[in-house]
Amino acid sequence: MRAVAASRSLRSRKLKAMVSHALFATATLTGIIVLATLLVRVFMEGLPQLDWGFINSFPSRLPSRAGILSPLMGTLWVMAFTALFSFPLGLATALYLEQYAPQNKITAIIQTNISNLAGVPSIVYGILGLTVFVRWFSLDRSVLAGALTMTILILPITIIASREALRSVPSSLTTASYALGATQWQTVRRVVLPYAFPGILTGTILSMSRAIGETAPLLMMGALTFVAFVPGSDGLARAPLDPFTVLPIQIFNWASRPQSEFQDLAATGIVVLLVVLLVMNAGAILLRDRFQRKIQD
Amino acid sequence: MTMRPPGDALDSGPGPRRALSRRKAGRRLEERLVPNLLLLAALVSVITTVGIVVSLMTEAVAFFREVSLLDFFGDTKWTPKFADQHFGIWPLVAGTLLVTAIAAAVALPIGLGAAIFLSEYAASRLRRVLKPVLEILAGIPTVVYGFFALTFITPTILRNLPGPFVDTSIFNALSAGLVVGIMIVPMVASLSEDAMMAVPTSLRQGAYALGATRFEVARRVVVPAAFSGIVASFVLAISRAIGETMIVTLAAGASPKLTANPLESVQTMTAYIVQVSMGETPFGSIEYKTIFAVAMVLFVITLAMNIFGQWLVRRIRESY
Repeated sequence: MRAVAASRSLRSRKLKAMVSHALFATATLTGIIVLATLLVRVFMEGLPQLDWGFINSFPSRLPSRAGILSPLMGTLWVMAFTALFSFPLGLATALYLEQYAPQNKITAIIQTNISNLAGVPSIVYGILGLTVFVRWFSLDRSVLAGALTMTILILPITIIASREALRSVPSSLTTASYALGATQWQTVRRVVLPYAFPGILTGTILSMSRAIGETAPLLMMGALTFVAFVPGSDGLARAPLDPFTVLPIQIFNWASRPQSEFQDLAATGIVVLLVVLLVMNAGAILLRDRFQRKIQD
Repeated sequence: MTMRPPGDALDSGPGPRRALSRRKAGRRLEERLVPNLLLLAALVSVITTVGIVVSLMTEAVAFFREVSLLDFFGDTKWTPKFADQHFGIWPLVAGTLLVTAIAAAVALPIGLGAAIFLSEYAASRLRRVLKPVLEILAGIPTVVYGFFALTFITPTILRNLPGPFVDTSIFNALSAGLVVGIMIVPMVASLSEDAMMAVPTSLRQGAYALGATRFEVARRVVVPAAFSGIVASFVLAISRAIGETMIVTLAAGASPKLTANPLESVQTMTAYIVQVSMGETPFGSIEYKTIFAVAMVLFVITLAMNIFGQWLVRRIRESY
């Protein structure tokens, strides 16, 4: 009797183990299946309209003539300035926290503050941008205001990525540098930075790719949804102060219209956006690999 | 450096020595200047927080000068754009909670299941493939998810389901919630997996030695040991869902109402903020000020959840 009961409970335990294994595997696959469905659908709907005319035309009220030139250029302009601001700022903060910061209250405040900022909803950054950059700094709805808002938005991610890269520098290298009589700044500049550079660059590019897809903050700031104008076409020097729109805003604009032609255009816009993201991520990975090989040589 | 002679003795020396000392002085200046410059950069993030609070507060205070806190938290209607204006925040909070609850119902089990699979079942080779794919899910722009919810989940999936689903409105909390849930799966999965990976292998080996199955090890040993980390992943992911904007703006609709029916159109706090900021709302009007009051509520809720979540994460880091 007892042997039967024991074997039955063993069988049920084994069954449970098998069922749960299948469930956990299914859970993992669910996300992947949704991702595949989403991509297939977007590409099926979007690819037919994708041609040079689409890339090279302005948005229009007529779906057949609408293109994505101004949002695409707007995205590139905003991202260029965002990179310009966020790279040094993120790196400097990371350097301070990793190399210089004393263990005191101020450091603790800065650290908690950064991790809290990472959790602030992006739309709140939009309100910050609207109030501080658009109104107080009177930058209006310009490329510069958009780039500053994006810089602040991705700053926590940039800092965290740069810190990780700096932490990967072996202490044997820094110790050796100090042993040769180098000062702290010399060590940072000649040893730490060159070694960590690929990691920092990759981290920056990845956080930029987060910014490229952000819609809400720029929508909040009033980045116009209909712009038949490329920043810099009145002279490159004026570009930072020109009005702009970006890819995700144009996609949002098309997606929120009921006509199916516009929905198709939204899908085409998404294809362009995803290609831009793919190029950036691939670029980040290539850069990292190239630099890594150089250091190992 | 510590043996430096006092005063300017060095500077009075002949040419080459003077150049050397000048270089030294430059270096000393650099050593003092650089940390301060870097600190300045680090303070930008603190200034950002101050900026957020100040920019929210100034207009929110102006709003509460015209609308009492009692109306804001006591009224159950939100109609700032009607002639008969009501400013009760609850319909927007209810819309947010409805979408978030649906998202949590999707993301918590799927994310936790995926985390258990990755940490306890998958061979390291499989994990190296699966993890980046899951991370792609987190990298898809939210406007793309919103488009997917609006043009695929609602018309192709929900409306073809039997029963009450036939009457699903174009904008509804369900499709938005489902997609927000999928969006936060990677967050739950990767944070939970981190917590599980931190559980010492010796604990697992002890359980296996006693004859436990893989499932029993996961359920009785790993999950309890990583519990606070798992809860942290839930809290942080839910906070992310609350702040999500584009999916709900596109798919959940713009009708602030108190309803628990997921097939109806609702409006979340974030979608309201977008709606007002896109319209022609004159600066300084009461309607303009509402977005700051709503954003303040949103900010306080998400901040509280993040602080709690991070406290939990720190706790597990200390325990192992």
